[in-house]
Amino acid sequence: MSGKIYLYPMWIRLWHALNAILILLLIISGVSMQYTNPANPFIRFDIAVTMHNISGMVLTANYMIFLFGTFITPNGKYYKVTLKGLFARLIKQFTYYTFGIFKHEKPPFPVTKESKFNPLQQFTYVIAMFMLVPIVIITGWALLYPEVVLTKFLSGSGLRVNDFIHVIIGFFVSFFMLVHIYFCTIGATFVSNFKSMITGFHESH
Amino acid sequence: MTLLFKRWTRNVPVSFMLLIFIVMTMSLNIKAQNNKKAENAAFNEKCLKCHGQSKYRYINPESGSEVTKRMYIETIIPRDLFAESNHKNFKCTDCHSEDYDTFPHPGHLRMESKYACIDCHGGDEAYAKFKFEEIETEFQSSVHSTKHSDDFNCWMCHNPHTYKINARSDEKIKDIVAYDNAICLNCHADITKYQMLTDKVNPNILKKHEWLPNQALHFKNVRCIECHARTNDSILVAHNIQPKSKAVRRCVECHSTNSILMASLYKYKVQEGRSKTGFYNGVIMNEGYVIGANRNYYLGILSLVMFGFVALGISIHAALRIIKRKK
Repeated sequence: MSGKIYLYPMWIRLWHALNAILILLLIISGVSMQYTNPANPFIRFDIAVTMHNISGMVLTANYMIFLFGTFITPNGKYYKVTLKGLFARLIKQFTYYTFGIFKHEKPPFPVTKESKFNPLQQFTYVIAMFMLVPIVIITGWALLYPEVVLTKFLSGSGLRVNDFIHVIIGFFVSFFMLVHIYFCTIGATFVSNFKSMITGFHESH
Repeated sequence: MTLLFKRWTRNVPVSFMLLIFIVMTMSLNIKAQNNKKAENAAFNEKCLKCHGQSKYRYINPESGSEVTKRMYIETIIPRDLFAESNHKNFKCTDCHSEDYDTFPHPGHLRMESKYACIDCHGGDEAYAKFKFEEIETEFQSSVHSTKHSDDFNCWMCHNPHTYKINARSDEKIKDIVAYDNAICLNCHADITKYQMLTDKVNPNILKKHEWLPNQALHFKNVRCIECHARTNDSILVAHNIQPKSKAVRRCVECHSTNSILMASLYKYKVQEGRSKTGFYNGVIMNEGYVIGANRNYYLGILSLVMFGFVALGISIHAALRIIKRKK
């Protein structure tokens, strides 16, 4: 049985597409700067810096749109985590991904108009969007204006800690991105979730 | 051990006397040095009375009236800067003729030849570690020497009356940067001074460096010579200023694990061995952060291992999905 639900309104699709492009640009330029090598530059350093700075600034604006949209539209409800029984639900979804999926079992938490994300998705998205992304945004801006932000508030010593946090969280965002893209292939068909990003309709299993 | 202790306790009065003698000799020596400094300072005051300010006064013996004149700017010695300079303990007449004692100064003193750094510092054991001879050779090959006449000498950048060494100190890197860049900007940002040395039009430094990302941040955190002078392993501060075509323009020369900053700006602190384990070029991190030069070795390894696990997990999952797919 398969059906189509309109789950992703235009603004979310646009936000998501821009967010995806920006985060990919940030990962590529970030990795290039972190592992810069004079003999073999992945992206020329000054280009990587400009790319990272501009993408970071646009990402901040885009994140504001996400926050604003999430709070004023019904989209916010998908991010409300019910703590009661959360662990059991996470285990159930995890077991499905690690065993059930290969036995062609039905997903334990099918997508509905009321619940867009399964518990594992919801949990990781909340961490990514409300913890990791804000941290990289704040530490990123601090690195952009170290003279103003860091030396003033943390008397210089904060620079190292700040960069360390930015790089580490950046790595986590990169890992999230890899897994996130891979999980997109788990849908009604291999490409159905990618189609949903364009049409807005979710295709059920 | 007991015997040694007994012998020592028997000699306590002698040791005590010896200690007092040493302390007294030392304090007398310090006192003598201080007296000498005070003597020199008092002697110098005779010169600084006029040369320490922008105007000087004298009585014209013919008219008997007091005359006030402006001091020629090149001969003004700022008292406060001289008091902090490397040569602060010198008497003016250590380097200048004693004939300056009379006023008006005798005309032949205009022909007085001036000392160069190497005249005092060259071939002297006490200054061997500074390698003045090598600095001189490096300077001779620099554009400051090759493109200018002999008038361009050490004093152009290192005013003997005010220069204070700061590369071999625990001063903050930012203060060192500001002090040293001010030396370059003294001519390169002052059209009058620049034009006294050349007919070329003084380039606008801010415009010429427009290509440099975060220009203000770079100017505050690194010295001009980091990019404009060729480093030399055996001297602490590079003196071989290069033509502009040879200036460092590739970001990765500094922003990489083998950052040239370690051989220039941070050289003294590197030699002092203040690095931190695990961080490439850790000494920079005591006072700043250079993207690409300050990566952490362990973090690099950890991120690769984590990336490996994520990629492996995805590959296994994908492979199993393909194998177990509905036929």
